[in-house]
Amino acid sequence: MSGAGTVESRSTASRVSDVLLREVEAFVYLEGGLQDRHEYDAWEALWTDDGVYWIPANGDDIDPEREMSIIYDNRSRIALRIRQLHTGRRLAQTPKSNLVRVISNIEIASESGEEINVRANAIIFESAPRRDTLWGTRYEYTLRRIDGALKMARKKVVLVNNDKALPNMAFLI
Amino acid sequence: MNQAQWNELLSKDGVHGSVYTDPALYAAELEYIWRTTWVYVGHESEVPRRHDFVMKSLGVEPIIMTRDGDGRVQLLLNRCSHRGNQVCIQARGNASTFTCPYHAWSFGSDGRLKHISMPDGYPDVDRSTRGLGRVTRVASYRGFVFGSFAADGPTLEEHLGGALEVFDRLVALSPEGEIEVTAGFLQHKVTANWKLMLENETDGYHPTFVHSSIFGVAQSGIGKLYGRDSAAVSRDYGNGHTECDLRPQFRNLALPMGWFGTTEDRLPDYVAKMRQAYGEERAREIMIDGTPHVMIFPNLFIAEIQLFVLQPVAVDETIQHVTALQFKGAPDLNRRMRQQTMGSVGPAGFLLADDSEIYERTHLGLKSSAPRYTLISRGSHRERRDEDGYRIGDITDDLPSRGIWRHYRALMERAA
Repeated sequence: MSGAGTVESRSTASRVSDVLLREVEAFVYLEGGLQDRHEYDAWEALWTDDGVYWIPANGDDIDPEREMSIIYDNRSRIALRIRQLHTGRRLAQTPKSNLVRVISNIEIASESGEEINVRANAIIFESAPRRDTLWGTRYEYTLRRIDGALKMARKKVVLVNNDKALPNMAFLI
Repeated sequence: MNQAQWNELLSKDGVHGSVYTDPALYAAELEYIWRTTWVYVGHESEVPRRHDFVMKSLGVEPIIMTRDGDGRVQLLLNRCSHRGNQVCIQARGNASTFTCPYHAWSFGSDGRLKHISMPDGYPDVDRSTRGLGRVTRVASYRGFVFGSFAADGPTLEEHLGGALEVFDRLVALSPEGEIEVTAGFLQHKVTANWKLMLENETDGYHPTFVHSSIFGVAQSGIGKLYGRDSAAVSRDYGNGHTECDLRPQFRNLALPMGWFGTTEDRLPDYVAKMRQAYGEERAREIMIDGTPHVMIFPNLFIAEIQLFVLQPVAVDETIQHVTALQFKGAPDLNRRMRQQTMGSVGPAGFLLADDSEIYERTHLGLKSSAPRYTLISRGSHRERRDEDGYRIGDITDDLPSRGIWRHYRALMERAA
């Protein structure tokens, strides 16, 4: 009898996590789509008030408080980045890059309380005036449920070639 | 090339577009500039311990900068003396021995050949002459290590000339009188000729326009420094070294730490240490003047809170290596220097992404056939001399470019 109960609870748990995974995937696709379409305000609205947007350089385990990162934005600097893009005079995004990304391998790495840690991979094709660039990256998100909706508290973008010389990357990745 | 040809390429008021885009001229520059003059390679603080090493470059040559077992900094070439394989492929580390993976010859951190495998096959080889290649001359000032492949020529101090004092000014911002290069580098690649960067680093005319998008939204004080009413000046130190001297403007404001866009009360530990180190009055002067903004020919740009190193890769490709400067004994200031640097520079930087966009567009523009020359005469009519006899001009003048081209021509005329 107890065996049947275990099977029952396991499948309930599995259904719960399937629902959560679907919700997380929808969030990740939404976020990536907003970036591809340069919908800056809608993208910014996905962040929590303490959000951190981090793109390390020279590996994936550097200490951003000690060493240079490509981006290490706190929430106010994320807002500044968006304000600069909105001026229309951000030369490195004038014209805006044409972007298309494929996001895959989305996994829930861990959950604790209101926070969900998520991993994903992405390939992003950028067409800019003088070059086409293929960006390959691993993503790590910390999502937090606020008033029922998921928000982004942390997004880490680990470009697989972040130890090499990179060209301009002034779009949201 | 003869005088007449150079007159054709470098007119009094402008530069022929091909000087930036001609692969043959670029090849000549590698020889007559990059393999001749003193070139900045790295900072002693990047190899603090014995046998530390870090990969650098000198012109297009990869360089292993090491600290050997005796504590001396060495600039070694990354080529096994046996068959030429690279002996080091790590970006940095600590190793008393570099062992070539091809036939297991090994070399010390001082470059000397330590071991030949199965040496009986080479009965006549003199090990003392089979070490790693090395940069012909190595010299450093205030921890900044330079190399030159020319056996003869000016000493480093002669080459730096008036700009030597810039390094003194820079390290004075540390309560311990030393800077450290410990924050790691971003590498930012542009499809453009290196001289576009060399000139732009001390071009005080462009910030108002190229950086208007960030100045407008960030309440940055930088814009005013380069405005029409700024008291700041441009300076030509000779030997290709140029400066945006912002001190006159900062002295008018007379606000300690104003150069960093902050006030003394925001950095109490730093200010206290500076006063202790230099005394109240001198510390105040240093903290009003701030750090220099100087382009050391051909590749070291000290940009107030950052350090850029230009690496030529091809006639139309350059890598900008950039890091936050760190002042020894100033952790609270250093943290903010890193934060500001990360915001400003690199492929996503608020400032440098836009500069880099301009470099690439300009490189393409210069390939158009007309007009044949750029125009660098801005402020020629108001050039003057400072108390040390160096040419100065208004902050938005083309004076730094004119200084760079004067020196460039002196070096390049030696090309046959």
